[in-house]
Amino acid sequence: MGIEVVVEGLTKSFGKQNIWQNVSLTLPAGEVSVMLGPSGTGKTVFLKSIIGLLKPEQGRVLINGVDMVNSPEREIMETRKLFGLMFQDGALFGSMSLFDNIAFPLREHTRKKESEIRRIVMERIDIVGLLGAEGKLPGEISGGMRKRAGLARALVLDPQIILCDEPDSGLDPVRTAYLSQLLIDLNAQIDATMLIVTHNLDIAATVPDNMGMLFCRNLVTFGPREVLLTSDTPVVSQFLAGRREGPIGMSEEKDAATLAAEQQFDTAPLLTGPRTVVPQLEPSPGMPVRQGALRRRERVMSMMGQLPEAARTAILNSYAPAAGGARA
Amino acid sequence: MTAPMPVRPPEPPEKPPPPAEPDKAARPAPAARRPSRLLAPLRETGKLFALAVAVARAVFRRPFQVREFIEQFWFVASVTILPAALVSIPFGAVIALQVGSLTQQLGAQSFTGGASVLAVIQQASPLIVALLISGAAGSAICADLGSRKIREELDAMEVMGVSPIQRLVVPRVLATMLVAVLLNGLISVVGTLGGYFFNVIMQDGTPGAYLASFSALAQLPDLYISEFKALIFGFIAGIVAAYRGLNPRGGPKGVGDAVNQSVVITFMLLFFVNMVLTTIYLQIVPAKGS
Repeated sequence: MGIEVVVEGLTKSFGKQNIWQNVSLTLPAGEVSVMLGPSGTGKTVFLKSIIGLLKPEQGRVLINGVDMVNSPEREIMETRKLFGLMFQDGALFGSMSLFDNIAFPLREHTRKKESEIRRIVMERIDIVGLLGAEGKLPGEISGGMRKRAGLARALVLDPQIILCDEPDSGLDPVRTAYLSQLLIDLNAQIDATMLIVTHNLDIAATVPDNMGMLFCRNLVTFGPREVLLTSDTPVVSQFLAGRREGPIGMSEEKDAATLAAEQQFDTAPLLTGPRTVVPQLEPSPGMPVRQGALRRRERVMSMMGQLPEAARTAILNSYAPAAGGARA
Repeated sequence: MTAPMPVRPPEPPEKPPPPAEPDKAARPAPAARRPSRLLAPLRETGKLFALAVAVARAVFRRPFQVREFIEQFWFVASVTILPAALVSIPFGAVIALQVGSLTQQLGAQSFTGGASVLAVIQQASPLIVALLISGAAGSAICADLGSRKIREELDAMEVMGVSPIQRLVVPRVLATMLVAVLLNGLISVVGTLGGYFFNVIMQDGTPGAYLASFSALAQLPDLYISEFKALIFGFIAGIVAAYRGLNPRGGPKGVGDAVNQSVVITFMLLFFVNMVLTTIYLQIVPAKGS
C-alpha cells in the first residue's frame, strides 16, 4: 500500500523571487493525484521539494514521519528509497546503456543476482515498450524514449510513491494515452501513491483521483478531481478549457486593465455551462482492482458535505452505475 | 466610434512584474535574511571545507565503490604517468645543473648529489605531482561532475537514495590521493636519475661522491614529508575539483568556468599549503648532522 504524503505550509523562494507560498495538501495513500499549472508556476520545484532535492524555507513534507525538508540527511536518503521520480527529460546517466541505467537502483540498493536483475529490468523495459533498445546509450535515442526509460528506472524498485514530472512532454498523443493507461495499471498493481505534474488536459481529465492547481504563487485548490473539473474559478476553467480569456496571460498573470477590457467583450464564452466530467480511466482487463480507488470512494463520500454542488453531482454520477469505482 | 478598443490587447504590458494583488493581507517577505556580499568568499571556503569533511566521513561508509575507485584510479594514473615522467627528467636535470654549477663555485662539488636530491624530493617532486594531478586529473573530474550536475544526473542519483558524494566523489578523491603518492615516488626516482645523469655525464661529477652525499645530507624523513605532501596535494586537488564540479553556475558555460577555476584555485592552494608544510617540516625535523 502506498504512503500518504502530507505537505504543510510549504514556501519556496529563489533569492527574492517567491515561487509559491503556504502550499498545504495531502496526497492520499495509493491514489493518483495531478498537479496542474501554467508553465513556470513552480510545478517541478514543488516535485523536487517533496523529494527533498530543494529545501523550501518554510513548511514541511511528512512521509512516514520523516520531514523531507528539515530531517537529517541520512533519514531523507533512506526515505528516498521509497520514491520513484521520473524526470522531465529522463535524467539518465549518459555514460551508461539503458539497461545499466535501469538496473542502477537495483545494483545500488539490493543484493540481487545479476540474472534476477536482468529479468526485472527486461520486464520494465518491456512495459515501457523499449525492448531492443536496452544496449543503446541515452544520447542515441529520442527524447520520448529517454522519458520512457526514465519511467522504467523510476519503477524498478517498486516504489511506494511515484512522482512524474510532465510524463507527456515529448510524447505523441498515442504514446501519451498508453502512458496514462500504464500509470493507472501500475497504480492498480503496486498501489503506489502517485503525483503527476503536467499541463496535459487529457491526462488531467482521465487519470487522477485528485487534482490540484498552482497559479500565481498559490495553490488554487486541491481535492477530488470532480471539484476541479467542475470548478468555475476563472483560473481553473480557463486552464481546463485552454482559452485565452481569463486571468492567465502569456507572462503568467494579466494586469487589471487587460482583464477589465476582456470582461467587457468576452463575457459570453465564460458562461459555456457546466463542463462534462469525463469518466476516469479504469485498469486494463486482468489487472487487480485499484485499492486506492476503493479507499478514495469512502473518503470522498465522507467529505461530500463540504464539496460544491456541481462536484457533488459529478461524483454521484460517476459512482452511480453498477459497483462504482471498483468496476472490473 | 470614439475610442475603438483593441479587440485583443497585445499581451506583454508595460510593467513586467505583475502587481502583487493584495489578496493576503501583507504577505510576509520571504526569508528576510540578506546574505552579505563581503562574506561570500568565506561562505565558499566554508562550503569547500564542509565538502572535505563530508568526503572524509563518507570514506568510511559502506558500501565502498571498489569498481568506481579502480576505474578512476586507472584513469587518473593513465593521464598523469607519462607527462610526469617527461616533466621530471628535465626538472631533475635543471636542478642538478644549477646546484652543480653553484657548488662548483663554492668548491663543494662533493655535495652536489645530496643537495639536488633534497631539492627534487622535497620540493620539485610534490609540486610536479600537484600540477599534474590538478591540471590533468582535477580538470577532468571537475568537467565530468559538472556536466553530470547540469544534466540532472546527480539529482537523479540523489533521488534514488544514492549519495553522489559517496558514489562518485569519494572514489575520485581517493584515486587522486593514491595516484599522487605513487606518482611522487615515480617522479622522485626519475628526477634523481635525471640529475645523476646530467651531473655525472655533463658536468663530469664523480658518481661515488654524488651517491655518497645522499646519505650525508638526505635522511628518511625527507622522503616521508615528500610523500605526505603528495598525499595532501592529491586530497586537495580532488576536493577542489569535486567542489567546483558539484556547483557549476548555469549551463555548459558554467561547467567550463568551473573547470578553469578548479585548476587555478588548486594551484594557489597547493603552493600555499606547500609553503606551510615546508616551514613546519624545517622547524620540527632537524637537518641531518646539525
